[in-house]
Amino acid sequence: MADPLVVMEGIEKSFPGVHALGNCRYDLNPGEVHALVGENGAGKSTLMKILAGVYQRDSGRIIYKGREVNIPNPRAAQHLGISIIHQELNLMPHLTAGQNIFIGREPRQAVKLFLDEKRMNELARELFDNLHMDLDPRTKIRDLAVAKQQMVEIAKALSFNAEVLIMDEPTAALNTTEIEELFRIIRQLRDRGVGVAYISHRLEELKQISDRITVMRDGKYVDTRRTSEVEIGEIISMMVGRTLYETARNLKDTSGHEVVLSVAHLQQGRTIKDVSFEARAGEILGFAGLMGAGRTEVARAVFGADPVQSGEITVQGRRVNIRKPSDAVRHGIGYLSEDRKRYGLALGMDVEANIVMATMTRFLGLLGIIRRAETRSTAQKFVSLLSIKTPGLGQITKFLSGGNQQKVVVGKWLVRDCNILFFDEPTRGIDVGAKSEIYKLLNDLAEQGKAIVMISSELPEILRMSHRIVVMCEGRITGELTAAEATQEKIMRLATQRESVVKTERIAAAGKGA
Amino acid sequence: MGDMAHAPQQRRRFLNSNATQRLLAFASLIGLIVFYSLASPNFFKFENMVAILIATAVTGILAVAVTFIIITAGIDLSIGTLMTFCAVIAGVFITMWHGPVIVGVLAAILMGGLVGLISGTFVSRLKIPPFIATLGMMYVAKGLSLIISGLKPVYFNDTPSFALIAMGSVTGAIIPGFNIPNAVIIFFAVALLSAFLLNRTILGRYTFAMGSNEEAVRLSGVNVDRWKTIVYMVGGLICGVAGVVIAARLNSAQPSLGQGYELDAIAAAVIGGTSLSGGEGTILGTVIGAFVMSVLVNGLRILSVPQEWQTVMTGVIVIFAVYADILRRKRA
Repeated sequence: MADPLVVMEGIEKSFPGVHALGNCRYDLNPGEVHALVGENGAGKSTLMKILAGVYQRDSGRIIYKGREVNIPNPRAAQHLGISIIHQELNLMPHLTAGQNIFIGREPRQAVKLFLDEKRMNELARELFDNLHMDLDPRTKIRDLAVAKQQMVEIAKALSFNAEVLIMDEPTAALNTTEIEELFRIIRQLRDRGVGVAYISHRLEELKQISDRITVMRDGKYVDTRRTSEVEIGEIISMMVGRTLYETARNLKDTSGHEVVLSVAHLQQGRTIKDVSFEARAGEILGFAGLMGAGRTEVARAVFGADPVQSGEITVQGRRVNIRKPSDAVRHGIGYLSEDRKRYGLALGMDVEANIVMATMTRFLGLLGIIRRAETRSTAQKFVSLLSIKTPGLGQITKFLSGGNQQKVVVGKWLVRDCNILFFDEPTRGIDVGAKSEIYKLLNDLAEQGKAIVMISSELPEILRMSHRIVVMCEGRITGELTAAEATQEKIMRLATQRESVVKTERIAAAGKGA
Repeated sequence: MGDMAHAPQQRRRFLNSNATQRLLAFASLIGLIVFYSLASPNFFKFENMVAILIATAVTGILAVAVTFIIITAGIDLSIGTLMTFCAVIAGVFITMWHGPVIVGVLAAILMGGLVGLISGTFVSRLKIPPFIATLGMMYVAKGLSLIISGLKPVYFNDTPSFALIAMGSVTGAIIPGFNIPNAVIIFFAVALLSAFLLNRTILGRYTFAMGSNEEAVRLSGVNVDRWKTIVYMVGGLICGVAGVVIAARLNSAQPSLGQGYELDAIAAAVIGGTSLSGGEGTILGTVIGAFVMSVLVNGLRILSVPQEWQTVMTGVIVIFAVYADILRRKRA
């Protein structure tokens, strides 16, 4: 075996308030695909961004080709031969494929101001041919499908003579044929001696493409295994860990409760595929899945924020037509965005204004003047009801803590008499103490007979809170579990099921689930 | 299956391309010309065509300048008053200091470049939003014009050769009778040169690239701040040319003139398919856009539509053009 290309040891990294990586390691040999897996937030991308010079390590060593190196910026990484393809592609849509590849180092004419477009396109074509990619360097990026755009990124990375290629979730937006094509190219690179660091949380895929797998969890290194010697089940256990909340939960059986929201055959392109589910009064329905599984898209579609191609929504037994958020609100559906700051709150306005924001018309007096006494008393009521910690109703919401901001948003929807509430990642960016308050709040709301749909990427949270759990993967519901039967492993298995696998699994499970 | 999926995609691509917007602008230009020609015998005459060309020249040059900047996803509101400031500078050199005409012309153009460089620095290095930075610069340039000129127009009566820069005719000297004023020739020359810069040079490449995805350009190791500053400077230089042309045409630098020109220029660029969100635009489109606006007004005047209504119509055309652009984008 040749000497390793890259060895990373004892890597530590903190961001303000977060210890992102603790004592992490990773190594990469020439001519291998070494996958890096872990749950959302496990630190995979952070580790790789350190290797690519996007972030700086706090401590630890990086050894590249036997030499300890410092990688202060992406330029330096490229110079060493380390290229990264980010999850969000970094291309210029208005420029052609060739122009994108050679941005910043365009072939020039004798007079340096002038571009040598012909030569550039020849070079790009050589690159594509070399990789057996069927691409015209003169096509504009925005006219290419995502898969082809990615190939442009790969070609660009390799044009720096990269010996290490880092790919962050490269298959996230690709369909099966496109993935095959991508794998063909990856194998080709591998055979030429390029080391490929491959981040993914699609476990089936790793079996096909990787030589070794390193598992990370909560910013820590867990283990590295040869792909041929490890079962998917083992990897899942390593990803979720064994130490977690297996505490007995005291959840009522809600199967007899009235169905207040029923969604049938919701369909929208590749993001929502034939999604059907029901939410019952007094129940918390957990939506589990990995990032990009389509959970937020479903919630937004039901709420009327995004259009759908087809699907039926029934609220309290009545078929409803929801085309825009105001329709949803009229039918008592509220949606609490995962991005409170962007979609949930008017940050520059005070608590009172935010709480009555969705119900202003109710507080209008003669000539449209706001009846301040009433808005004040209403806001006051919900501040005490939800125990929002604020110095006063006049406090600007920007200055509240994350948990209290979340409560203000909840208050806003409660004033509106919403009976069905979608919570999208309700505890994201909230500290531990405030989390339990949000949990209590969700429980109380369910207790009062509201139907709660909770989208969460944190498995312990899903397991702890939900009466029932729906798991999504790639826009499709891959399974439904009751609180009693749900475990982290089962959820993770469903959450990583690709389409082809789902079908066989369905047969095996003999029609179990939705 | 591949073919079936391909065909509509190709079609859509064609509809979406900004060639469509240019085509639309060009079609409206032809439509306007045909309509006015039928409506009035006075429209399609050599003298009137020349009048339209002259009326378009100054706004057209400014529109070319602002096209560069809009493609980077920026905006420059200072171009109108900067033009005037450059005209005043020419007046200072030629009339007050009795310098040679050529020195005055160069000083005016270089002053445009300098002010553009300053605006560009504000935008790129100090990260002041282009709208604000150039709005401020608009007032500064206007104020300086008034201060330097002492609130009075500066006349170039002692240097008759100066006026020839705009109103002489090189073509008339070559082909007798074919008297296209130099102002128009300068406009076309500036447009050609700019189209060349945008399409064939590294400056043009980065102009589009920055407007398309600035972060990606930065990550590719391009010095985005420097190139953006240069784009604003190029815009300023072209404004300097506009300043010389308008001063020569009026045979004077009118310090109170200028404000409002920037809006005409931006409107022309937008009608011509330059996207305010950056990344796309062409000089040809901008030139067509500038003609759409001036032909519209010229024709209305010939039809004796009151000036107030001419202005209203211009507004309607701008809104229509931007809406067409939005529709096109939506389909994407």
